[in-house]
Formats: sequence, C-alpha cells, structure tokens
Amino acid sequence: MPAIKETIDQVKEIDLEKYKYGFETEIESDKAPKGLSEDIVRFISAKKDEPEWMLQWRLDAYKRWLTMKEPDWAKLDYPKIDFNDIYFYAAPKSTSGPKSLDEVDPELLETYKKLGIPLSEHAVLAGVEGAKIAVDAVFDSVSVVTTFREELAKDGIIFCSISEAIKEHPELIKKYLGSVVPVTDNYYSTLNCAVFTDGSFVYIPKGVRCPMELSTYFRINEKNTGQFERTLIIAEEDTYVSYLEGCTAPMRDENQLHAAVVELVALENAEIKYSTVQNWYPGNKEGVGGIYNFVTKRGDCRGDNSKISWTQVETGSAITWKYPSCILRGDGSRGEFYSIAISNGYQQIDSGTKMIHLGKNTSSKVIAKGIAAGFSDNTYRGLISAHKKAKGARNFTQCDSLLIGDKCGAHTIPYIEAKNSSVVFEHEATTSKISDDQMFYCQQRGLNEEEAVALIVNGFVRDVLQHLPMEFMVETQKLINISLEGSVG
Amino acid sequence: MLEIKDLHVRVEDKEILKGVNLTIPKGEVHAIMGRNGSGKSTLSYVMAGKEGYEITKGEVLLDGKNILDLDPNERASAGLFLAFQYPIEIPGVATMTFLKAAMNAQRKARGEDELLTPDFMREVKAAAKLLEIDNSMLKRPLNVGFSGGEKKRAEILQMALLKPKMCVFDETDSGLDIDALRIVSEGVNALRDENRSMLVITHYQRLLNYIVPDVVHVFSNGKIVKSGDKSLALELEEKGYAQYDESA
Ligand SMILES: Nc1ncnc2c1ncn2[C@@H]1O[C@H](COP(=O)(O)OP(=O)(O)O)[C@@H](O)[C@H]1O
Ligand SMILES: [Mg+2]
Repeated sequence: MPAIKETIDQVKEIDLEKYKYGFETEIESDKAPKGLSEDIVRFISAKKDEPEWMLQWRLDAYKRWLTMKEPDWAKLDYPKIDFNDIYFYAAPKSTSGPKSLDEVDPELLETYKKLGIPLSEHAVLAGVEGAKIAVDAVFDSVSVVTTFREELAKDGIIFCSISEAIKEHPELIKKYLGSVVPVTDNYYSTLNCAVFTDGSFVYIPKGVRCPMELSTYFRINEKNTGQFERTLIIAEEDTYVSYLEGCTAPMRDENQLHAAVVELVALENAEIKYSTVQNWYPGNKEGVGGIYNFVTKRGDCRGDNSKISWTQVETGSAITWKYPSCILRGDGSRGEFYSIAISNGYQQIDSGTKMIHLGKNTSSKVIAKGIAAGFSDNTYRGLISAHKKAKGARNFTQCDSLLIGDKCGAHTIPYIEAKNSSVVFEHEATTSKISDDQMFYCQQRGLNEEEAVALIVNGFVRDVLQHLPMEFMVETQKLINISLEGSVG
Repeated sequence: MLEIKDLHVRVEDKEILKGVNLTIPKGEVHAIMGRNGSGKSTLSYVMAGKEGYEITKGEVLLDGKNILDLDPNERASAGLFLAFQYPIEIPGVATMTFLKAAMNAQRKARGEDELLTPDFMREVKAAAKLLEIDNSMLKRPLNVGFSGGEKKRAEILQMALLKPKMCVFDETDSGLDIDALRIVSEGVNALRDENRSMLVITHYQRLLNYIVPDVVHVFSNGKIVKSGDKSLALELEEKGYAQYDESA
C-alpha cells in the first residue's frame, strides 16, 4: 500500500502539528459584524441579493430559533457556544459569487491547489486527474467557483451554488428547500435556515444518469467565522448521481462553528450516492481549538424503489454531532449508511444514522466502523424505526469499534422501534482492540508500529472503504493514517 | 551467521531459557528438537523481539551484531524472519496488500526505493506458484479462515519474498497433512542458499525427512543438551526425550 509510505513521509514533514491543511490564506475579506440578530440575517440576505420570500423564510427561522434550546442528549462535552462572538458572514473580497475560473483570485486557486482539489478544468480534461469531477468550491461563506457547469447543462443537469439557485431556479427552491429537514427540525438546522450563506445545488432531470462525480469542497479560512452551508440535491425519476463532499480548515486556537444542512430528495427509481470526507481541523494535541461540527443531513426516498446511500469518513473536528439519515417513504426504497469515524487526541464524536421505514418492503443497511485512539470518545448512535404501514421492512446493522490504547472510549447506542410485526431488524456489534500479537506479527515482517497500526486499521474499515468512489479511496487511506499519527508508542 | 551466547530468559519470575548457546554458520540448516514446553517457542520469540520476556543474561548476534536492543521491525529489516507456529489473523488486509506493505517497509528501512507494482506482482506470482497458492488466496485477508496448510504456506510465501538471511521455523509442520508438509518443505528447500541460515524447530522427526538439517540439537529444560548430525533426530524418534530429562 504505497499510501502508507507516502503518508508517513508527509506526516514526518509536518512534524509538530499533524494536520496537513492547517495553513491560512492571506486574503482580504468582507465580513458582517460579529454576533447574531435580525439585522445580521437581513444583512446576509441583502449581500446575496435574495428575493423577499427568501428573506422572510430566514426571518421566520430566526424567530423560531430564538425560542429553541441547544440539545444536550449527545455524549459530548464542550463549553457553551457564544453566538455573539461569531462572524456569521465572511466572503473573500473580490468574489461576490461564482464566476469563471479566470476571474477567481489566484490566491484562492492556490489554496485549493494546496488542498489537492482540481479546480482547473483543463488539468482534468487533459486527463491529469484521471476521472472527471465537477467541483463547487466554497470559501468561508461563499461559493467561489463551480466547474464543468456547461458540460453538465447539456444533459439538463443544474450544478451551481445555492445562492445562484435561489435567484435562477426559485420554483425548485420553493418546492424543495426545507422539505426534508423542516425549518424547525432542530436547534442547529434552524440556525442554519436563518444564516446559511452558501452551499451547492444539484438538480438531475428525469431519466438522466449524471456522467461525472459532483463534488463540493468547503474551506473555513476566516477567524471566528461560522460556516453554515446548505446543500440541496434533487434527483428526479429514473436518475443517478454520485456526490462528494470534502472539508478542511486552518489551525486555530479558538473553536470554530460549523452547522450545515444537507437535504436529498430521490424520486421514483432515483439513486443518490453521497460521500463525505470530513477533515475539519480537530484541535491540537492538548485539545485546544478545532471545529465544532453540528450537521443535519437527511435524505428522503420519496419515490418508489428509490435509493439513498450515505458514505462518510469522519476524521476531523473537535466535536462531531452528525446523523445522516434516510426517510424510506417510497415502497421498496432503500437506505444505506456506511461510516468510518476516527477520533484521536481529545476529539469527541457522536455520530450515526436514522433509518425511518415508512413504505412497504423498504430496506436499509448500516455499517459503522468507529476507531478511537488517544483520549478521544467515539459514540455510534443509531435509530432504526418502522411505521405501522412499513410491512416487510428490513434492516441490517453492523457496528464495529476498534480501540487503540486504553485512554479512549467507544460506545454503541442503538434505538429500535418496530410498530408492525412483519419487520426483520438485525443488529450486530463488536468492540475490539489491536492485539499485541497482531502488532508483533506485523513488526516481525518489517512494519514499524505506526505502519502496523495503519495497516490494521485500513483492514478494519475495508468493508466501508469499498463504498467510496475510487478517487476517494486512496485519499481516505492516507487520511486515516495521518489521523492516527501519534496514537501508538 | 547467527550466534546465541549464554542466553537466559525469564517470564514472570520463571526462568525458561537457562543458558542457550548456539552458532549457525552462513548457509547451514540446524534443527532444534525438544518436547512441548521445553522453551523452543520462547527462544524464537526472544530472537524476534517479542515483548514480555526478561533477558537476564546473554546475547544474540546476527552477523556479529547484537540484535537484542533492536525493535522487532529493525531485526526483520536486518534479515531475521520467524515463521510462526500460530500465524496471526489480520482481518480486512488482503494477503497481497500485506506482502507489499511488508516488502516496502523493509526496503524503506534499508534505504531502498519502493517496489513498482508490476515487479511486485511478478515476484509474488512466481513465489506463490511454487507454493501452490492461487490468486484467490492472495486476495483473502491474511490468515483469516485459512486452513492450517494455507497458513503455513502463507508464512513461507512471505519468507520467499522478504529474502531474509536468517530464517526461524517454529513447528512449521504442526497442523499439516502429508501433502501440505511436502509443499511447505519444498518451498523451504527452494530457499536454501549459501548465504542463508535456517533454524528448524520441531518436536517430530518427520519434518526433518523433508528438510534435511546439517546439525541437530536436542533442547531440554531451557537449553541445548546435545548436538549431532541428522542421525540424532532418528535416534530421538526411537528412544524418546526421557533420557535427557535428568539433565535439568
Ligand atoms: N507468556 C508466558 N507466560 C508464562 N509462561 C510462559 C509464557 N510463555 C511460555 N511460558 C512457559 O514457558 C515454557 C516454555 O514454553 P514454550 O517456549 O512455548 O515451549 P515449546 O515451544 O518448547 O513448547 C512453558 O512452561 C510455558 O508454559
Ligand atoms: Mg512452541
């Protein structure tokens, strides 16, 4: 596995800090004043030149949010967030919205280059990057560029920033925004409704199979900014789309807030595959800094025989609160959740999924692999439920935890609700440690401790890795190794 | 060349090795025979650097250099290979992946370039063929669900690819039927070389019909009590270990 070698070299170069994306970009920015108020909501909406109905939607959400309380049921421990100490809007000064690549600030392009994200269509077209991937790059609060739009438009596919979609495709936004995650769903999602700044919008028209991977890269650069992105993917009847999401942030001593909402709608016979590689800054070795990641992701299998599959690789963030879920509404619809969650240092992860079976003969599958090292805490929380009408619902859940060292914790909290007797729900869970015998065996063959751990962990997550798009598999293996750096010895 | 000098080892206050002396010159194959519990595996683990053993006295030299202060992986890269009595399962890691990781780790430790995939594939295919290991086995996770014979063949495959200068086989014949024993022995014999030393640990004479040693040592109660040529193995088979017990 060449990834191991490469990664270890990379990590050595980084030396003190393990986080390879911890650089900051010197770029002038345009910020709203700190804190949250109705004026800030109006400011954001005005900045984006939004129609009145959108502003009203935001203001309604803001009013609801003021009446809500932060949830405390997760197994997470962090100081109270001061919402008045956060910038809710920051944009690179020269960029007011997506433009063609030529107009994008070269500093920004350089940043994405450092992150290894191909924004140049030429490089991709020339075959340098192998497979084609269309990218929407979001920097702090705005989308800076979206590639391959024209090519996608030939098939009628819309891939643009959500800000643009609000202006250009209001009928789709009005119909679908908030239709999967209601405005009042939860504290963080409601906050997102009020202040979301940008994100991606995808629309796949009936009968179209999206010819390339679509992806969005999120980058938080500004100090003390919150990033509140909003993604909406609509797959009409008989369609297929695969979407990738990646995220990074510079190293900061302060905690930064990230509260995204992602909504997926799959109509009859549509399939959406959503993959995330989450690598927000996790904080330093002592647990200082890092991103607070409170995310609401939900997919609605609205049509019969539709399918939504979530694959996530969670390695970053100081705090992760995230439960990508599927509402299996259409008869015969299927939901899948494949997860790798790695925590090291003082990271805390409370993540899992919800599979809500509403339609007949719906099925779901959950494979979650948690790896805890250092002083971290790693919880899988999952709900599988079947409605009275969900006759013949089936679920299979497999949760495996791997502990590295004896100062970390792994927990599995399954909730199961079956309101009819024809369901078959299976749940398997294991917790294991890397054994001394495995370590010795690998070392006897020449691998050092770190290489041995990386190899064993890569084996542990193999069932999930296989579900990632090819380009992301290698990336992910490297990321796993970097995340576990310093976990032994 | 391997030299073990007056090696004493304790495990949890119990002395297991009580002054082992053994020299294996370059190119020779030596056998150690001894009954269960006499300390043979302990000797092999201590050579390879497993934790949990207290070395109270003695040295283990590989080509004149004491290796007892090295990490297990450093010993491996220096050319020491141990074929385990009970090979360990590595779930999810395809045998092929493991082989490549091990070969590249050793190359890196020696300051050599990483193997190119086509070269690696060619080497693996050739070595696997000799051991009658098919492609599907190379794709399975290492040792997971392998039969006894498959595990031992996988050990020899690793050895063939890592090209160590000192090979230790701990009860490689255990759990093998007669066909597997033949395949494994042929694999080992193919690797006999004037630059490579081998130590074959067993408590049955049977294996030594296939891998014929230059020297046989009798191991009893934590040390070598007698050495001789291959006829010593036959004599042991006939008369048993009892005659050596009182030497404790
Ligand atoms: N980790 C250990 N803890 C306690 N006793 C051990 C340990 N390893 C080996 N022993 C003891 O040391 C002796 C030699 O064991 P071993 O080296 O496995 O013998 P052999 O391989 O010759 O059968 C046995 O009495 C065994 O019980
Ligand atoms: Mg033994």
